[in-house]
Amino acid sequence: MLSAVVAAAGDPAQLLPARTQMAFTLGIHIVLVPFGVAFVALALIANYRGLRRGDDVALRLAERWSRVAAVLFAVGAVTGTVLSFELGLLWPGLMRRFGQAYGIPFAIEGLFFFLEAIFVAIYIYGWKRMRPWPHFWAGIPVVLAGIGGTLSVIAANSWMNAPAGYTLRHGRVVSVDPMKVIFNGAFWHESIHMLLAAYIVAGFLVGGVYAAAMLRGRRDRYHRVGFLIPFTVAAIAMPFQIVVGDSAARWVFNNEPVKFAAMELIPKTTRDAPETIGGAASQAGEIHGPKITLPGVASLLSGWSTSTRVRGFTSVPPADRPPVTIVHLAWDVMVGLGTALLGLAAWFALLWRRRRDLTRSTWFLRAASVAGMAALVTMWAGWTVTEVGRQPYIVYGVLRTRDAVTRADGVWLSLAVVFVLYTLVAAATFLVLRSMARRWRRADAAGVGDSDVPYGPARVLEANPSSPAATGTR
Amino acid sequence: MSGVAATILFLGVTLYAVLGGADFGAGFWDLTAGGATRGRRPRALIDAALGPVWEANHVWLIFCLVVLWTAFPGAFAAIMDTLYIPLAIAAVGIVARGAGFAFGKVSETLSEQRIYGAAFAVSSVITPFFLGAVAGGIASGRVPAGGGGDPLGSWVNPTSMLGGALAVVVCAYLAAVYLVAEADRLDLPDLEHYFRRRAIAAGIVAGAIAFAGIFVLRDDAPRLFDHLTGIALPLVAVSAVCGLTALTLLCRGASRAGRYLAAAAVAAVVGGWGVAQYPFLLGTHLTLTAAAAPDSTLRVVFAVFVVAAVTCVPSLVYLYVLEQRGQLDSH
Ligand code: HDD
Ligand code: HEM
Ligand code: HEM
Repeated sequence: MLSAVVAAAGDPAQLLPARTQMAFTLGIHIVLVPFGVAFVALALIANYRGLRRGDDVALRLAERWSRVAAVLFAVGAVTGTVLSFELGLLWPGLMRRFGQAYGIPFAIEGLFFFLEAIFVAIYIYGWKRMRPWPHFWAGIPVVLAGIGGTLSVIAANSWMNAPAGYTLRHGRVVSVDPMKVIFNGAFWHESIHMLLAAYIVAGFLVGGVYAAAMLRGRRDRYHRVGFLIPFTVAAIAMPFQIVVGDSAARWVFNNEPVKFAAMELIPKTTRDAPETIGGAASQAGEIHGPKITLPGVASLLSGWSTSTRVRGFTSVPPADRPPVTIVHLAWDVMVGLGTALLGLAAWFALLWRRRRDLTRSTWFLRAASVAGMAALVTMWAGWTVTEVGRQPYIVYGVLRTRDAVTRADGVWLSLAVVFVLYTLVAAATFLVLRSMARRWRRADAAGVGDSDVPYGPARVLEANPSSPAATGTR
Repeated sequence: MSGVAATILFLGVTLYAVLGGADFGAGFWDLTAGGATRGRRPRALIDAALGPVWEANHVWLIFCLVVLWTAFPGAFAAIMDTLYIPLAIAAVGIVARGAGFAFGKVSETLSEQRIYGAAFAVSSVITPFFLGAVAGGIASGRVPAGGGGDPLGSWVNPTSMLGGALAVVVCAYLAAVYLVAEADRLDLPDLEHYFRRRAIAAGIVAGAIAFAGIFVLRDDAPRLFDHLTGIALPLVAVSAVCGLTALTLLCRGASRAGRYLAAAAVAAVVGGWGVAQYPFLLGTHLTLTAAAAPDSTLRVVFAVFVVAAVTCVPSLVYLYVLEQRGQLDSH
């Protein structure tokens, strides 16, 4: 069924599994990215507060968050490594032709990841024995490297949408202008949009954990602080995100008109283009299915006036169009959930202004506990708009995805293997985090610190070698 | 400029071999440490030694990949679409290994730790084997410049098998030598003795395989053989001398200096491979110059390298120093 939607006659057999695998692995990696980018920043806020005000609750939160970050960072690192392999394994045609330009941002990204990995290790493992302030400062480079890493990866992605900075001769790249490659047309809105998304997703997800706990009656100060720090960060980022998203939409309107037409479900070039919510399009350009139509709004949003002319997707032949319905629905999901999240942030601000006790507002806590999931779905949807909307091109207007895909056999097999492997990793991540949370809850109930958890390897080493194992460490 | 980029690339490969290699090797000793009770203390030492640094050590692989695809894009694509089977297996191994290690560290029950430990240990052997096989396929000139080489023969061949086997043993050797020093630092004589025996055994096996490798290469990769015994001979000799001295020191009971010599032995061999390949990147059909990206791109690679040298290297040293001083606590 999927193949009927996204594949065209004459596409190589590898195309569908390769796209599926790329989408799946990116979709998993991107879940870990917000934590890699923003979790240590959240922990540092708590850490700072803990040190400045002698707040032990905040310190405990910071330490625990950084332990969770350690696990997620490891998963992020390995799934990211897989992506690096995939760029070559699945898309050799892209790397062969454009590696010299497209690769540049990745080379810079490597630098940031290196710094991030080093300082994450220092911060995460330095809790017990380093002095407090040097330890705190060791966390700062993680935040900066996270920002730098995001900007660089997105420079690569935005280059695929707005390729620039290279000269072709006989189909070969003969010269490259690195600055133009990095600061391509889509760079600023995409990178800032993604950076904010990382803070929004991480903030709402972490806050949501504590909101859910408060709903179950654990309304002590620990849970309150654990909720407020991340949730506030995410809520502050929300209005900015909408503004950036709006300017992103206008950029797409001006530079990728077919993507824009797919997003807005506009088949024929027209003024007074309507905003359509829901609905689907046939390849011939008929719109069907349940939908709500807001006349003129798409024109208004793209050019400040209902008389703005908007190009329709039937202005290009079917082979040059993305899968319109997928792009359109993903767009609806992003804008819909994004608006809802903005509403939640406003609600939060209102409760805060009126100095209400948030923890007593059950409905607010309910909404807050699902906000993380909603933000994640919003981000997935946004990526679907960007990536599926760019089709059939892998490099917009220059290289078709079908011409970049590998000709090797066995892509279905590798897709199956990746699918099983990632499912196992996801399940294990979930179990491990749950067991950490339970252990902490037990430690809090018993009034003992985390270091009394009797499993650390160091403990085994200190023990007398001839004494039989007291506790189980493999 | 292409020579500079190639040097940077090989530096990355060397550091990955020496630092990442020791990490893989630690997994090898985890795998062979025996049952839960018997293997408990060696595994605990491995966990403690690996904890803070493993991720940093593996970024070298990413570094190699991005330098290769940016500076030599055609060669990268050719390698990827010829050697895709061993590369895909290595990628799977990397996931299983990293996840297994990170999860094992924070999990509570013995049965969970067994599962994660097994994933970590098994993939620590599989991954270097297949990466070694990839190196063998490249070194013996089996990757055509345009890609699309023989998907099986490119890595199921004598040089690749040699590369794979050598990678596994060398990793094990490096790890054992590092762990001897680590046990010495933590004042754990029983473990020092334990890993010393293993380091010596692995060193001897590695030497034997390297020696046998000479004959394999003579038949299977004559050009590589000629150059290893010709222009690259000094590096090969340095490697042999360092390796033998390290072994002697180990037998005598010294541990710290042995670590650096063992690393130098491995670095010299990898460097020797680089020198022997020069001026070709793939076989005798693709030169570095022909494969290289435009100079402006190579300058960026060089600039990134310089910035990395002034930022990452001190940071990395800071990390290792904190670790050696026992300021980083793995739990
Ligand atoms: C929590 C996250 C989040 C939220 C609340 C929003 N978005 Fe978004 N959006 C993303 C997360 C995201 C993203 C991180 O998933 C994308 C994919 C690529 C990118 O740069 O950001 C994205 C892409 C993206 C694009 C495509 C850019 C391109 O293809 O070059 C547009 C036009 C918008 N967004 C517009 C909006 C608007 C108008 C929003 C307001 C309601 C909005 N976004 C909310
Ligand atoms: C910097 C980041 C990214 C880069 C460099 C990148 C690169 C790529 C490449 C090379 C492809 C395959 C070619 C193509 O289909 O056009 C692709 C496809 C795709 N990517 Fe991305 N991607 C990035 C981020 C993401 C993220 C975070 C997602 C999140 C879910 C995503 C979703 C997809 C999807 C759904 C496809 C398949 C599109 C289709 O074929 O219909 N991408 N991406
Ligand atoms: C094709 C696309 C992508 C590739 C090839 C890729 C590659 C990688 C690699 C190799 C790592 C591991 C680095 C390490 O070992 O520390 C990594 C982690 C990371 N990636 Fe990606 N990545 C891609 C997409 C993205 C996107 C879309 C983002 C978001 C903006 C992102 C942000 C990060 C961050 C912040 C980390 C740090 C570790 C973590 O967050 O867990 N990556 N990525």
